[in-house]
Amino acid sequence: MMDDRRLARLRWRCRRGMLENDLVLGRFLDARGASITEDDMALLDRLLDMTDTDLWDLIAGRAEPDDATLAPMVKALRTS
Amino acid sequence: MSPPVRRFDAIIVGAGGAGMRASLQLAEAGLSVAVLTKVFPTRSHTVAAQGGIGASLGNMSEDSWLWHMYDTIKGSDWLGDQDAIEYMCKMAPKVVYELEHFGMPFDRNPDGTIYQRPFGGHSANFGEKAVQRACAAADRTGHALVHTLYQRNVRARTQFFVEWMALDLVRDADGEVLGVVALEMETGEVMVLQAKATVFATGGAGRIFAASTNAFINTGDGLGMAARAGIPLEDMEMWQFHPTGVAGAGVLITEGVRGEGGILLNSNGERFMERYAPNLKDLASRDVVSRSMDQEIKEGRGCGPEKDHVLLKLDHLGPEVIIKRLPSIREIAIKFANVDPIREPIPVVPTIHYQMGGIPTNVHGQVVAPAGGSPNEIVPGFYAAGECACVSVHGANRLGTNSLLDIVVFGRAAGDFIVAQNLKAQAHKPLPRDAADRSLARLARLDGAKSGERVPDVANALRKEMQAHCGVYRNQELLSEGVRKVMELDERSKRVAIADHSRTFNTARVEALELDNLMETAKATIVSAEARRESRGAQARSDYPSRDDVNWLKHTLWYSEGNRLDYKPVNLKPLTVDSFPPKARTY
Repeated sequence: MMDDRRLARLRWRCRRGMLENDLVLGRFLDARGASITEDDMALLDRLLDMTDTDLWDLIAGRAEPDDATLAPMVKALRTS
Repeated sequence: MSPPVRRFDAIIVGAGGAGMRASLQLAEAGLSVAVLTKVFPTRSHTVAAQGGIGASLGNMSEDSWLWHMYDTIKGSDWLGDQDAIEYMCKMAPKVVYELEHFGMPFDRNPDGTIYQRPFGGHSANFGEKAVQRACAAADRTGHALVHTLYQRNVRARTQFFVEWMALDLVRDADGEVLGVVALEMETGEVMVLQAKATVFATGGAGRIFAASTNAFINTGDGLGMAARAGIPLEDMEMWQFHPTGVAGAGVLITEGVRGEGGILLNSNGERFMERYAPNLKDLASRDVVSRSMDQEIKEGRGCGPEKDHVLLKLDHLGPEVIIKRLPSIREIAIKFANVDPIREPIPVVPTIHYQMGGIPTNVHGQVVAPAGGSPNEIVPGFYAAGECACVSVHGANRLGTNSLLDIVVFGRAAGDFIVAQNLKAQAHKPLPRDAADRSLARLARLDGAKSGERVPDVANALRKEMQAHCGVYRNQELLSEGVRKVMELDERSKRVAIADHSRTFNTARVEALELDNLMETAKATIVSAEARRESRGAQARSDYPSRDDVNWLKHTLWYSEGNRLDYKPVNLKPLTVDSFPPKARTY
């Protein structure tokens, strides 16, 4: 079962220092919303730990994630 | 029931560059410091600053703080206070070298000195020729600054309250500020954080406009709290526009694109900047380009179904140039405008970028307000620094690279001043019985509201009205109507309701609380703009096209209570040097 509090926390953590990230993460959450899986939440949470400039480099395709397990989530954000 | 109380020597609200520079001084001096922040410190909006930090190091060619001071005063269109500007420009080299010693990774010259890049408006010998004054860390100066300061603060044992939102100031009957009431987002708990010094470093309120380069967190929380506590807001009509934000998204397209040969077109396909600035054309200064774009749109030559933007054309540069030199711009265009600039032009509009006004302070960061016949009486216990403050170094228009300089210089100055107060030797004053009442009433209303308008609907309507009535070019008719509409929205904002009443990370509740702050800032902005019947810096009035030093060489002060205005003189007297008297601002 999905943990509502976890999603709520994730939603707040999508508030960033850069508008670019705010917009992309907002679109991603609007599209996935409550249907996001626990695994995807964990992956997104890890990406949200990154600094804004590094996260934007990943989303904009200027960098690739160090850890290949993050790749599907990066891909999802790139197309959001 | 009264909420629990925690006591500190000092509280800082906001963990961007200004907040963390202040907290560092305090923590290193051994004071107990709490820094409250809505988001993790390294995710503050300071990270978005790319350009650099201005300081007359003279590493590239001769430079002087006096020339920097002149450029800043001229940039401000003489609305800046010359004492504060002298203080900032004189301190600039010192604070930059300090950051260097903290380990900030500045770009360097082959000889090891800090490299300085050119920037619009930076001149040598009082406007004679350009000088390279901007110290930068690649295109990530703000990011490098925030990370450097965060590391130093961790080392100094600053206590961070991450994901806490300050709701209201606590002020006693003497008017002294004793701390803030705050909400912990994870638990939904409300707490009074009491302090002998309270510093606001909450940033700007760029989210009051529909077209804004600002991140979502920039809701003017400090401005709202100060206004509700009876403190005036200064020069809030002064907002800097960036000419090229992506229409509908706000994301910034850097000036460098026009430097590479990008041109602006109206709906007739005309390169209209040739008419407004025959020499510099698309490379004219930010305010000139913004005004020209706005005029094209207002006169019906905008593009798209709503005729509400112009086009930035790049395809003539060829795919190679775009892919090689402007890759990030291409990415932004694809992602936020859904166009590939290799084939299609990018829809752009003048976009709100920076708030020059704010909470009035002196050079020590002390908040000041008119009282007892003085225009600048100190509000005891209260300090502000950075974009939320108006010291005023930016006046009616900010010089590029002075935003990062402002936050470091005045964050530090506030910290030093507070350290000198010997707070450790002082006891906490008794808290007023009603310390948390205002915040608790706001929360109780939200929790009790069973039906009402949605918060995003009111917030979006506010942004739309501000954009339509308080944009680049303003006039009496637009502004008067705008004031009326914003006041209507103010009433609507008091009746909003949220569907989610959970306690943990309730973003809807946070956004409702932020709406109160957006409203205060928007009222301050449009009421101040309506009253100022001249054009100066960022305030461009088509009905009053000239600067009027006889009647308007003064700072606006807006009070939330009664929605009233007051004015105070501009300080034209520097600390040690001769005054720079007003003259025409031409480049």
